[in-house]
Amino acid sequence: MAGSTKQPGPPKKPLTLAEQVMQQKQTYDQQAYQRLADSVKPRPRVIVNALNAFWIGGVIAALAQVITLIFASAGLNPRDAAAATVIVMVFLGALLTGLGIYDEIGKVAGAGSIIPITGFANSIVAPAMEYKREGFVFGVASRMFTIAGPVLVYGFIVSVLIGLIAYFFS
Amino acid sequence: MSAPKRVGQHTLQFANPPVIVATASVVGPKEGEGPLGDTFDMVVDDSYFGEETWEKAERKMLEEAVKMVIAKAQLKPQDIDFLLAGDLLNQTISANYAARTLGIPFLGLYGACSTMYEGMALAAMLIDGGFAHHVVAACSSHYDTAERQYRFPTEQGIQRPPTAQWTVTGAGAVLMAPVGNGPRVTHATIGRVLDVGIKDPNDMGSAMAPAAVDTIVRHFQDTGRGPIDYDLIITGDLGRVGLEIATKLLGEKKYDVSKNYSDCGVLIYDHERQDTHAGGSGCACSAVVFAGHLMGKLNEGRYKRILGVGTGALLSTTATQQGESIPGIGHGVVIEG
Amino acid sequence: MSIVMAFIIGGLICLVGQLIMDLTPYKVTPAHILVGFVTGGAILSALGLYEPLVKIGGAGATIPISGFGHNLAQGTLEAVRARGLIGAFSGGIEAGAVGIAAAVIFGYIMAIIFNPRG
Repeated sequence: MAGSTKQPGPPKKPLTLAEQVMQQKQTYDQQAYQRLADSVKPRPRVIVNALNAFWIGGVIAALAQVITLIFASAGLNPRDAAAATVIVMVFLGALLTGLGIYDEIGKVAGAGSIIPITGFANSIVAPAMEYKREGFVFGVASRMFTIAGPVLVYGFIVSVLIGLIAYFFS
Repeated sequence: MSAPKRVGQHTLQFANPPVIVATASVVGPKEGEGPLGDTFDMVVDDSYFGEETWEKAERKMLEEAVKMVIAKAQLKPQDIDFLLAGDLLNQTISANYAARTLGIPFLGLYGACSTMYEGMALAAMLIDGGFAHHVVAACSSHYDTAERQYRFPTEQGIQRPPTAQWTVTGAGAVLMAPVGNGPRVTHATIGRVLDVGIKDPNDMGSAMAPAAVDTIVRHFQDTGRGPIDYDLIITGDLGRVGLEIATKLLGEKKYDVSKNYSDCGVLIYDHERQDTHAGGSGCACSAVVFAGHLMGKLNEGRYKRILGVGTGALLSTTATQQGESIPGIGHGVVIEG
Repeated sequence: MSIVMAFIIGGLICLVGQLIMDLTPYKVTPAHILVGFVTGGAILSALGLYEPLVKIGGAGATIPISGFGHNLAQGTLEAVRARGLIGAFSGGIEAGAVGIAAAVIFGYIMAIIFNPRG
């Protein structure tokens, strides 16, 4: 390996047989223990959780659809109606987080309340509120993005890559 | 050269077993509603305890517990030679700031959730060694401060896995002296840090159980005793998962503890009603259960001799994010009523 | 009718997320789910596979965070057609601007007004 020549220091000695046996035994013990722990551990209730995620996620989506229909009937074009719906849903997610209700929904819904855009709002308000005591710059403003930040970073990276690919290959 | 106050390899045997003169416990609302609710000295009905932040609330609980234990022993803060205290927060701020208020010579401890037993073992050594007349060992934890440090902000809408444990909000304090009325600390077996490769920070029971079992087994080997010599063997915060694993591991070593083994994390909450999943955890878990429930039973004479093992998961968020596994520790202390 | 379809599609997207969380090791946190769904939504959208979901489900496909990814991707593609290389950089963020600005503003306001209850 090229990298290993740059590093001065003791050359890596091959393990003696006894050391190899010890290492093997340690791995074996850890695996055996992991199996014991797994046999005791309660499992997540996959089916119940999935059903709860389905119906609560569905209700949030249906509510958003109702809001979209209302905006559309008020004369907004489909695009603006969708944008206005996003604003309302983000507001609702933020408000319910502030009122201390969204985390209670999340206990039951799991992904059902994480994945909708209301969950994105929750992930912004929860740390912002919690870290208010650490000040308005290092607390609220910087902590706001602990979860939302990665979402935006990867979202932007992917969207720019898609744009570059579309530009150069079409 | 042999150490005169030791038996076996790792167990301390106190020549003049120190007396636990008084204990005090302060807990939050959820613990107050739990099955042990009426064994605590003070139940606070608001997790902020009248303070602006949860960190300040935790600190105040620790201060109150220490003041209360000193008052119960009819002493003054200046009568106390050492305060041994710790908590879970970074740089153990609850203990440090509480000690700032109390003005007692202070040794800060960190043993994660095993801190209470670490403190009791050290307090007994200071007294039996002739270095102190009165020593207070104390510790605290708070659900909301621990959540935001170790996991997510409290208002984040997340689901906790069934192996997750609920950090106990509260503080416990124990006051020891060379003479007096009360149960005595006769032995202590100091824990070794064991790591069995568990990496899931939501499964601390599995991570700590082997360390607790190691301490219990070494204690039995050193003293020549077995499970039948104790009215109760009680671990700190293994929870339901860790308790079952520990029972199995002890069974494999031919120690049958099915009748007299329990765990503070299992006792403190009603897990179905209170949504606490695998059980309680945190420094305060073993501290308030000892200061309240166990001390009560010892004073009543219901328990003649117990082996308490404070268990700690020595993880940090940095280590976890870097993919490190979770080391565990267990400190054993024998108390005779 | 569109409301029922929104319920079904929105519910199904969340159900997939829940199964991913429950059936994978503990390392998959809500943050990973959000990141995965945004990038997944954007890639599916670029491949032309997300638009049909939006046609069927309406808000059921746009309100989950994968719809945000879809929005980013479609914004980029549109901007590339209109402005070329510059569009590749500006399009996604422009398309996502409404959601991001709303989240920051409402997030800030709520954080000022309310305190966490624990």
